[in-house]
Amino acid sequence: MKLIFEKSREGRRLSILPPADVPHTALPQDLCREAPLRLPQVAECDIDRHYAALARRAHGVCNGFYPLGSCTMKYNPRIDEEIAALPGFAGIHPLQRPQTAQGGREVLSLCEAMLCEITGMDAVTFQPAAGAHGEFTGLLLIKAYHEDRGDMARTKIIVPDSAHGTNPASAAMAGYEVVNIPSGTDGCVDLEALRAAVGPDTASLMLTNPNTVGLFDPNILQITRIVHEAGGLCYYDGANLNAIMGVVRPGDMGFDVVHLNLHKTFATPHGGGGPGSGPVGCKAFLNPFMPQSCLGGTPGEKSMGQVRAFYGNFAVVVKALCYMLTLGAQGIREAAENAVLNANYMMHGLKGTYDMAYDHICMHEFVMTLDKLKKETGVSALDVAKGLLDAGIHPPTMYFPLIVHEALMVEPTETESRETLDEAVDVLIDLAKTARENPQVLHDSPLHTPIRRPDEVRAARSPKLKADLP
Amino acid sequence: MNIPAELSYTKSHEWVRTLPDQTVEIGLTDHAQTQLGDIVFVNLPQEGDTVAAGDAFADVESVKAVSDVYSPVSGRVVAVNEELLDAPQRINEAPYEAWMIRVEVETPPQGLLSEKEYAKALEEEA
Amino acid sequence: MGSYVPNTRREQEEMLRAIGLAQMSDLYADVPESVFLQKPLNLPEGMGEMQLRARMEEMASHSRVFPVILRGAGAYHHYIPSIVKTVSSREEFVTAYTPYQAEISQGILQSIFEYQTMMCELTGMDVSNASIYDGASAAAEAAAMCRDRKRTVTLISATVHPDTIATVRTYCHAAGTQVQIVPKRDGVTDTDALCAMLTQQTACVIVQTPNFYGTFEHAQALVDATHAAGAKAVLSCNPMALALMKTPGELGADIAVTEGQPLGMPLSYGGPYLGIMAAKQAMMRKLPGRIVGETVDTQGNRAFVLTLQAREQHIRREKASSNICSNQALCALTAGAYLTAMGPDGLREVAQRCMNNAHYLQQALEQAGLARVGNAPFFHEFVTACPVSKDKLLLALEDAGILGGLPVEEGILWCATEQVSRENMDRAAAIVREVLS
Repeated sequence: MKLIFEKSREGRRLSILPPADVPHTALPQDLCREAPLRLPQVAECDIDRHYAALARRAHGVCNGFYPLGSCTMKYNPRIDEEIAALPGFAGIHPLQRPQTAQGGREVLSLCEAMLCEITGMDAVTFQPAAGAHGEFTGLLLIKAYHEDRGDMARTKIIVPDSAHGTNPASAAMAGYEVVNIPSGTDGCVDLEALRAAVGPDTASLMLTNPNTVGLFDPNILQITRIVHEAGGLCYYDGANLNAIMGVVRPGDMGFDVVHLNLHKTFATPHGGGGPGSGPVGCKAFLNPFMPQSCLGGTPGEKSMGQVRAFYGNFAVVVKALCYMLTLGAQGIREAAENAVLNANYMMHGLKGTYDMAYDHICMHEFVMTLDKLKKETGVSALDVAKGLLDAGIHPPTMYFPLIVHEALMVEPTETESRETLDEAVDVLIDLAKTARENPQVLHDSPLHTPIRRPDEVRAARSPKLKADLP
Repeated sequence: MNIPAELSYTKSHEWVRTLPDQTVEIGLTDHAQTQLGDIVFVNLPQEGDTVAAGDAFADVESVKAVSDVYSPVSGRVVAVNEELLDAPQRINEAPYEAWMIRVEVETPPQGLLSEKEYAKALEEEA
Repeated sequence: MGSYVPNTRREQEEMLRAIGLAQMSDLYADVPESVFLQKPLNLPEGMGEMQLRARMEEMASHSRVFPVILRGAGAYHHYIPSIVKTVSSREEFVTAYTPYQAEISQGILQSIFEYQTMMCELTGMDVSNASIYDGASAAAEAAAMCRDRKRTVTLISATVHPDTIATVRTYCHAAGTQVQIVPKRDGVTDTDALCAMLTQQTACVIVQTPNFYGTFEHAQALVDATHAAGAKAVLSCNPMALALMKTPGELGADIAVTEGQPLGMPLSYGGPYLGIMAAKQAMMRKLPGRIVGETVDTQGNRAFVLTLQAREQHIRREKASSNICSNQALCALTAGAYLTAMGPDGLREVAQRCMNNAHYLQQALEQAGLARVGNAPFFHEFVTACPVSKDKLLLALEDAGILGGLPVEEGILWCATEQVSRENMDRAAAIVREVLS
């Protein structure tokens, strides 16, 4: 498909501005840009069609099933988009006097109160723009706390080897040394390994629970106790909160800090990669260290500072609030239960055909290992994923977590119907059959997508990161 | 698997060639490049940097992975194969020609494997 | 209660039976009994769509939407063409996630590739990433790109947006590295002070031009001094101003960062906005976040993919230079659509109108009794003194539906975009005159 630049024709343009009503003021010559400004020159109709064509070459939740593990691709309610666009939300300046921005303040404080109840925390900041940003913020809270107590020896963050890559990366950015601990054979935290790892140098444990293999760690209370007894804090990665909201709360499990992903659990759209929102909640004793915008608020004396401008991805928070208000106490729990039910139902349907990494009741997602299939047929997890593309299904997360070979991580979410799950199970069973009968078909997949498999080696060896402009 | 007899090896799949001037060249073995797949980029140290035996001195990237390359010797980097920056595929094409760095060693390397020992180590790994 | 669960109670029960369980709570057998919630959360009952709309419209009505906005300070009230809103609300873009599966994500990938190209064009840089959270975090990430073992100190000018300075501080302190503030003189960065502060340890110097006060910096001198000391120059320039002004590329900067909100994003009480980040070729592999590259598919057709991924957290984990995963992709797509809608002439005209209006406003306010602070050239923001109570003056404007400038230490920081009419600027000046008299 042509780039928008290739559709450009000299002199084409839109009519936007009114006639000028004030005199011209020229920028002093020595400050002026000399470089040409080669933006596309097109008519409005060209823009509409260009992006319509791009939209046809994209796959969103609106197009079909999207069981991308660990990303919670649930349905994004349309009403939430409309509400976020109301002038009383979209049209307010971040530096208006609070008295004139009460609608905005109400959104933030009501959302904070609801998230506190859901997580068992005492305060929430909305500043972090995404989950990883929240991790960074939460770890700096922990750092500020230890430093405030004069406990400078706590330099290490413990991270299970099944963790998302953002966990160790965030810990490193926050100036910590990362201690990776191996998972047990059951995919959960190995208590002995944890006991051996904690000590006076432990700042915190970062844990996702349900974890990245889709299991709720039954030893969770012992885990948080072990860390607390060593003087460390417990950080809850909320990536998988969708499985347990309304059922059990991180605050009750012994966690001191949490981050949430509003774009996962609270149904705000993922936007092709963002914007998300990664609010951080904490227990009361950490509240003095919470971040604050220096221009839009007054940071407390002990505040860890700030991680971006203003208050966060506000419009995303509006959407999450709409979602929580719609569901209410009962609906939130029902969403979690159905997310877990859907995952177990799908796992059950696939069990006879695919090997499960951990054959156990799962939470909102499960991990299959195609190691045996690959050894027997040469068909890899990647090949099966590519086969799904031709069936109009977005593949599961591939090759994660790292502790499972040939992993496919499936997260159906609660907003999919039984028929959708049944169809996906049938497609996956068919693909397994194809793998045994005619593996080449899967090596060549996909066949009917806008492009076939791309040459990623070429892209990385000789990076072409922008268009050639005339 | 190609394992030239005249080189020494490490368990972490580097090869070592001692040059007539007693500096040593370090590169990645045929086995390592096969495991990594198509190499797309190499992060190399700078001339003049020091390396320590057992420490990572470089990393190699494939499309979806990155691996550290460990130095079997301690010393000072006297040359860097800059050709690899533009053509990392040289490691895939000719692993034993695609040296990464030349090191002026402080002490003679210890604990290196011979061709036969390395071949045995590979067998055990499999 | 509202719900988006399609399966009926009966279907749910059938599914439970199919997997051999009796009730929902059986799914949670691993949750310790002592923490399993026995009663519902203390949250309100759910509601249907009509009730939600009424509730939220009521809430929104508690905010005051000013028809005339003379305040910027990092969030700018520009016109957003309808076509831009149409494009950015297409569900295929809105409801997709990161384009991991290139074969069915060419639309998203191509939009990012086009965005990257436009950012390079706007900033004069060689490579751009696919976006970062906002302008402040982009500056903080830029500082991280410039640090190495020998050079660890970040210098940032006192004239940079205060939230950006604070964010850079947070990130640098997290990494255990030092930040020093280069003082200002007459509303711009003090070049002599900078020269005195530059050392062998300086990793980079971060300068914003036009700066927080709207004034153009002596950017060339600052960049040259930075380079003479062997440090990297990071320039932050309002993207609208870049239609007219010398680009970071022309000024020799190593990295360009900025807040992209002016390119089609509503004010939205501070977010989501867009962190723009572009760099010279030599720093390509240090850029954080997603990057899209062009390649071919097995049939030789043009294809786009996420590339240079070995830089990123999901591969490099604790050795990654940044932890960023989700970014602001839809905002980047919006900026691309905005720049396409404006085109080169349209963008220059909007920038020129901002400049014209701001200078008209400055003179009108001057005649009304608010003298400008400083005299360097400015773009669409400027500071005036305020001989009376700032609150009193601004409240009088608010009463007339005008959001006046932002109170700052030196006085009031005003802004005029293409959206303010001469009539409204005259009206504002008349109110100011009245308050002062």
